[in-house]
Amino acid sequence: MKNLFLAVTLALCVGIGWFWVRRGTLTENGYSLTLREANEHKILLITVGSEPRTLDPQEAQGVTEHHIVMAMIEGLVAPGIDGESKVVPGMADRWEHNEDYSVWTFHLGERRKWSDGEPVKAGDFVFSYKRMLTPSFGAQYAENLFILKGAEDYYSGKITDFDQVGVKALDDRTLRIDLVGPTPYLLSLVQHDSWLPVCPTAILKFGNIDTRDSKWTRAENYVGNGPFKMKSWHPNDVIEVVRNPLYWDAASVKLNGINFYSIENLNTQERAFQAGQLHKTDQVPLDKVPYYRRTHPELLRIDPYEGVYFYRINVVRKPLDNPKIRLALNLAVDREAIVKNILREDQKPATGYTPPGMGEYEPLNKITYDPARARQLLAEAGYPNGKGFPRFIIHFNTLESHRAIAEAIQQMWKEELNINVALENQEWKVYLDTQNNKNYDLSRSAWIGDFMDPVTFLSMWTTGNGNNNTNWGNPKFDALIEQAARTGDPAHRFQILHDAEDLFLSDLPIVLVYWYTNAYLLQPSVQNWNPLVLGNHNYKFIDLKSERELAK
Amino acid sequence: MIKIIVGRLLQLIPVLWIILTLTFFMSKEVPGGPFSAERQATPEVIARLNAYYGLDKPLWEQYLGYLGKLARFDLGPSYTYQSESVNEVIARSFPISLQIGTLAFCIAAVFGITAGVIAAANKNRLWDYLPMSFSMLGICLPTFVLGPILALLFGLVLRLAPVSGWHGLNYVPFHPMIMPAVTLGLFYAAYIARLTRGGMLDILSQDFIRTARAKGVPDHQIILKHALRGGLLPVVAFLGPAFAGLLSGSFVVEKVFNVPGIGQEFIKSVFNRDYPLVLGTVAFFGILIVVFNLASDILQALMDPKSRK
Repeated sequence: MKNLFLAVTLALCVGIGWFWVRRGTLTENGYSLTLREANEHKILLITVGSEPRTLDPQEAQGVTEHHIVMAMIEGLVAPGIDGESKVVPGMADRWEHNEDYSVWTFHLGERRKWSDGEPVKAGDFVFSYKRMLTPSFGAQYAENLFILKGAEDYYSGKITDFDQVGVKALDDRTLRIDLVGPTPYLLSLVQHDSWLPVCPTAILKFGNIDTRDSKWTRAENYVGNGPFKMKSWHPNDVIEVVRNPLYWDAASVKLNGINFYSIENLNTQERAFQAGQLHKTDQVPLDKVPYYRRTHPELLRIDPYEGVYFYRINVVRKPLDNPKIRLALNLAVDREAIVKNILREDQKPATGYTPPGMGEYEPLNKITYDPARARQLLAEAGYPNGKGFPRFIIHFNTLESHRAIAEAIQQMWKEELNINVALENQEWKVYLDTQNNKNYDLSRSAWIGDFMDPVTFLSMWTTGNGNNNTNWGNPKFDALIEQAARTGDPAHRFQILHDAEDLFLSDLPIVLVYWYTNAYLLQPSVQNWNPLVLGNHNYKFIDLKSERELAK
Repeated sequence: MIKIIVGRLLQLIPVLWIILTLTFFMSKEVPGGPFSAERQATPEVIARLNAYYGLDKPLWEQYLGYLGKLARFDLGPSYTYQSESVNEVIARSFPISLQIGTLAFCIAAVFGITAGVIAAANKNRLWDYLPMSFSMLGICLPTFVLGPILALLFGLVLRLAPVSGWHGLNYVPFHPMIMPAVTLGLFYAAYIARLTRGGMLDILSQDFIRTARAKGVPDHQIILKHALRGGLLPVVAFLGPAFAGLLSGSFVVEKVFNVPGIGQEFIKSVFNRDYPLVLGTVAFFGILIVVFNLASDILQALMDPKSRK
């Protein structure tokens, strides 16, 4: 028996000793840093949540991808230090447009280079947009470029000559963009992944213009033009980018590198933050928010975020086809209570669809909590005190917070309107399938803005739009969206969009719940991480202060 | 013996074929596709993507195509990791699970067998109850509870280990593999302890042990020399599948410690409807399980003359 104990102890000692010895080889990696070392070396350690599927901006679909791509690829213009609407020069150092914002000319600045040393030319943008619009490439966001003249025809095969599409390189440093209609928000749009340039030589080295999933996105092959360049990519663990010396504005880049960690689990993110492995988390677990508010308010940040949470209503199902009932359902939801008691991250009750923060566009204040009127509307629709109201189902994807919100709404409707609702959760892809096939009564939904203009929220509700999925449509609404697309004067255009949203909120194919915020943990050493409504931080402005500097 | 081994390895082919065929058709039956997303791409785009990956062909054609590629050890592209093939995903994630799994296996075997033997030798005394209550605790405590507790203790309080990540972490003395391995290992150790105790008690009550005692053989010799070999037989039968299970990684432990192992690839591939990755990981796990079952059978035959035929 003693021998056995001896053997176990010996094995443990050998094991521990072995790791001591290995210590030397592990430090050589260079990116194993404590927070203090990271501050000294100016390496930002952040997590963007899940693992990106790709770092090809033209195949990317999500916020995760965009936040990493932004470090390595810069568009015609880039987000400013105070927000996406205050743009700063990117590849273009100046630009002009005609009176109604339908023809834009971008002048590329000097010293704009790809990380392989080649200059960035106007033709590279033409190549990039051609790639986006090549049908066989199958870009999920190709539609974003349909505001280019002739783009839709090229995409659908009606024309085959790309010269007829409204993007031209007048010379190596001048890019002319012809649009189908006035687009005052183009500068915000061109910051989106789908409008970013890709390096033609890098793409063509590993395939054709329409090759998907090619090897050019690997760390050793990646070519960008942004403030940072890729050093390593360990899937499901970390993507390491370092300062790009060829970047045109390298002198104003403050960080030496960024480590993007893929940590999906919010509790693990929070632990990594506490352990000093991260400067910033992606989100905070809901139940930890009160703790940080109480004990470490200086670490908790809650920024407004361009997103809206709502339930889609299948408007062909009885009795949900009656607008009075849809309004009654909306009026009986106490959004304030949901935000205060369940979410607790300073979300705002949604009184309209488009969230606040869209520049001059005022959010609507149309839908409020009014149970008395809700009961009256329900009675007018033929269901006094909810009598005889058929049972229907709220359908959501499996997640604790979705369930909590659904249960709260279920209870509110029971108490205020005396109607019975069942809850049904489904696995993510099954849920998407159900929603896309419009095989539901009420379906949990959310929408996050792509760029700084209300049209990113409103255009999805046109009749038959692929993202509408409610069977709702209104020719008047479609006409207003169409009219807005033809209007050059920004103030007038916003007025039209306002009218459209007002109409949408009169018909209400949705139940409004709340407007998003973005809650995360941030170390005080991170500088210039300002609250931005789209969350697109231009990393060249971000800085880290060492403890000594902070103490001063 | 060699004949049996070769025979069993040949059985692997039909077994794999059946597993893969079932998985192939079942995975296609599940609602939702690899390209559905909250922001729905237009039907034309989805159609183009399906065409690009050959998902528009009839099912039997896709199936034959897959088998053809499989014969050349090509598991196809991954839809989730767009610049990697399934072969590459397995090649990068398995070594990580292999390291964690092997260490966990050692922890499980060493702690489990030691605790089991001590308990059996001290039947119905303090040194029986103590290790057995710990093992009961180990069985009852799921990894998603034990993992965060260990992370809090060793990561946040003692700062000996990273709480997340794998590559390039410099923590002494705790390599990032240690905490996931301990979390997984203790769970299996608890099972092994109970199996060992049972097996040992069975043997210790047999006639040849009584004879040895009567002849005056010291206790530790009886246990280590005479009883252990027979007492471990039920454990060995369990070790094969257990080792395969440990090597194939654990979704929960990999998520808790954010380790890029193969366990999460398997689960996530199903969530993402990444058909080639689902099939690839299923095939890989199938091979692991068959091989380690065979290994444990061989080990059992070597230890127990009765089972040799």
